[in-house]
Amino acid sequence: MHSIGDAFGLALSLVLSGDRDLLQIVLLSLRVSLTATAVACLLGLPVGALVAIARFRGRSVVLIVMNALMGLPPVVVGLLVYLQLSRAGPLGFLGLLYTPTAMIVAQTLLITPIVAALSRQVLEDLHTEYAEQFRSLCLSRVQAVQALLWDGRYALLTVGLAGFGRAVAEVGAVIIVGGNIDHLTRVMTTAIALETSKGDLALALALGLILLFIALGVNAAVQSVRLTAARHAHV
Amino acid sequence: MFHKTLSATAIAVTLAGAALAQDQSIIVQSTTSTANSGLYDYLLPLFQKESGIQVNVVAVGTGQAIANARNCDGDLLLVHAKPDEEAFVADGFGTERTDLMYNDFVIVGPAGDPAGIKGMQDVQGALTKIADGKAMFASRGDDSGTYKKEMQLWEEASVDPKAASGTWYRETGSGMGATLNAGIGMGAYVLTDRATWISFENKQDYAIDVEGDTDMFNQYGVIPINPEKCPSVKVEAAQTFADWLLSDAGQTAIADYKIDGQQLFFPNAPKE
Amino acid sequence: MSDVAAFTARAAAAPAQMAPLLPLRVRGLTLLRGATTVLDGLDLDLGRTGCTVVMGANGAGKTLLLKLLHGLIQPTAGQIDWQGQDTAAVTRRQALVFQTPVLLRRSAAGNLDFVLKARGKDRGRTATLLDHVGLAHKAQQPARLLSGGEAQRLALARALAIDPEVLFLDEPTASLDPASVLTIERIVQAARDRGVRIVFVTHDTGQARRLADDVVFLHGGRVAEHAAAADFFPAPRHPAARNYIDGKIVI
Repeated sequence: MHSIGDAFGLALSLVLSGDRDLLQIVLLSLRVSLTATAVACLLGLPVGALVAIARFRGRSVVLIVMNALMGLPPVVVGLLVYLQLSRAGPLGFLGLLYTPTAMIVAQTLLITPIVAALSRQVLEDLHTEYAEQFRSLCLSRVQAVQALLWDGRYALLTVGLAGFGRAVAEVGAVIIVGGNIDHLTRVMTTAIALETSKGDLALALALGLILLFIALGVNAAVQSVRLTAARHAHV
Repeated sequence: MFHKTLSATAIAVTLAGAALAQDQSIIVQSTTSTANSGLYDYLLPLFQKESGIQVNVVAVGTGQAIANARNCDGDLLLVHAKPDEEAFVADGFGTERTDLMYNDFVIVGPAGDPAGIKGMQDVQGALTKIADGKAMFASRGDDSGTYKKEMQLWEEASVDPKAASGTWYRETGSGMGATLNAGIGMGAYVLTDRATWISFENKQDYAIDVEGDTDMFNQYGVIPINPEKCPSVKVEAAQTFADWLLSDAGQTAIADYKIDGQQLFFPNAPKE
Repeated sequence: MSDVAAFTARAAAAPAQMAPLLPLRVRGLTLLRGATTVLDGLDLDLGRTGCTVVMGANGAGKTLLLKLLHGLIQPTAGQIDWQGQDTAAVTRRQALVFQTPVLLRRSAAGNLDFVLKARGKDRGRTATLLDHVGLAHKAQQPARLLSGGEAQRLALARALAIDPEVLFLDEPTASLDPASVLTIERIVQAARDRGVRIVFVTHDTGQARRLADDVVFLHGGRVAEHAAAADFFPAPRHPAARNYIDGKIVI
């Protein structure tokens, strides 16, 4: 049996030796998940802002759906995207299955509801505070949304980081639509799944430790954003 | 001067051709057992060096590989479940099925050997002893070639393990490696292909108990996917890879792949 | 000739050329909040210039009256007639300073920049406005780290930034130190002297005496008394107003 200590040593030596395969896997993980996070923010923030500010019939239903979608299981998202992108599926002609793009699509779908729901909460709180002042100043709706997005930027950044954390750690969606192809679509989580299935627990654990460090880094970033915001009285 | 220009042109053309080939890539739908054994990591660089074609392997269970291929999500199928492969070709999804290589299945078990099958060669007899002794047995329980083979062997032993599902008979519903991990975790016997077993790194106190029965022969076949059903298929590149696997060069390469000095796969493509 | 043209263009752009908002005429203003009648058929007339101080006990509806006049909420019944102008246009030509200032999460200067830009005003005025309210040295400070008095002065500068014709102030000095109170009163008086119509809600009779040209006393959802400051303070006619003023003086 391999000990955590062995795995830690292996992880360290892999990182320090600058193993090219490992580097490629880590970089692809970051590329896929960061891109998915960026796209999810582009889609999710306006939706969150709209639902935060607008009052319309069925809004409470939209809220329930948004919050429920936050818990979408990655494998379900992966399966849905597979069915669309498969050659036999409606979008098969695009030839995107088993590419990083397919993985980005799946992770984007996975975390867009998270970004939308969390940013809705942030922006609604801010809007409650600002709404009357904004009406007194006769701001247009666009100006009001711009001000909310800008003033909520630190809180929204932590929303984005939460989405990224979820994306980079999931395995269910990317393994279905990416196929875990070596040097093409293999990311950290699918590599961990593969090494575990090969019984190479030390290597799997080493990759897991690297993932853990990235998660720690993300949380450290969240924390420092919060501190910066507090320092500038953005709380 | 003239010669210089000509040779420069020739070099340019050659480079362009190489670059073109470099851009080519195909997707092979294959099984976890071949991928986990490391065979592709050995074969693919050899083939790519020779042809310039990038081969991307999606490693899933045989059943899922065939299902994916039926959705046209691949260019070549390389699996081990002969009846299903023949159905795949008969339904028009594959152009032609060719025997490629074989390995064999073994039953591995814990050092304690609770069913007392160590050293047996008769696989059906061993399975009967496991069932009679209600010794733990971990099965893939998925749609893989290994699972189909296991079901066939139980049937030949006149045992219905599914009746004991959840008791001594445990279906993991996972790949070969994951099933080995699970089986070793609960002290269960596991039917595995030899290639996965040799390259498996979490053996603990497990060893091969049953091997050598010709009924545990595991034949792999290769099938290019039919462009008539799947227009997106990269016919030429896929055929090039299939031809190479079946050629003397490919067959030799398969035989040359060894872990700890043990040969994992035995090429048996029909001679021209 | 060109000088005349330039003058005409400038004059056309000036608010003075728009139809005036005042005098204001309010009739039968009624506001229900749930089962409570806050305002009950209130009548009110406000003249063209000066500073009107609105007084009344807690819950008399002073804040809600300001919000109604400013167009932030709609009355249950009654008319608010700003010389026949429609509500959206009226709100745009007025400003309201809330009891608790709502400042954006940016610097003091950033707060003014934002409003000037949003309202299509000259952003070069930020420095002048900050200087006017004595905050020039705090320009780059985060607005939400300002003291209570500084924050309210910034809110006042923001209100003045949009060149309001009417400026509503809702107890702007309620919890401030005396120095800040006087600074704000000075700024408000300067605005009145420039011709800005002031409507100022306060509980502080001393402040009311310092600022008011006329006093509106709310009681029972109506205007109980509306009189010139010189007449009101020596001898309030309405019993409730008399008690209110007496009570304050006794304390």
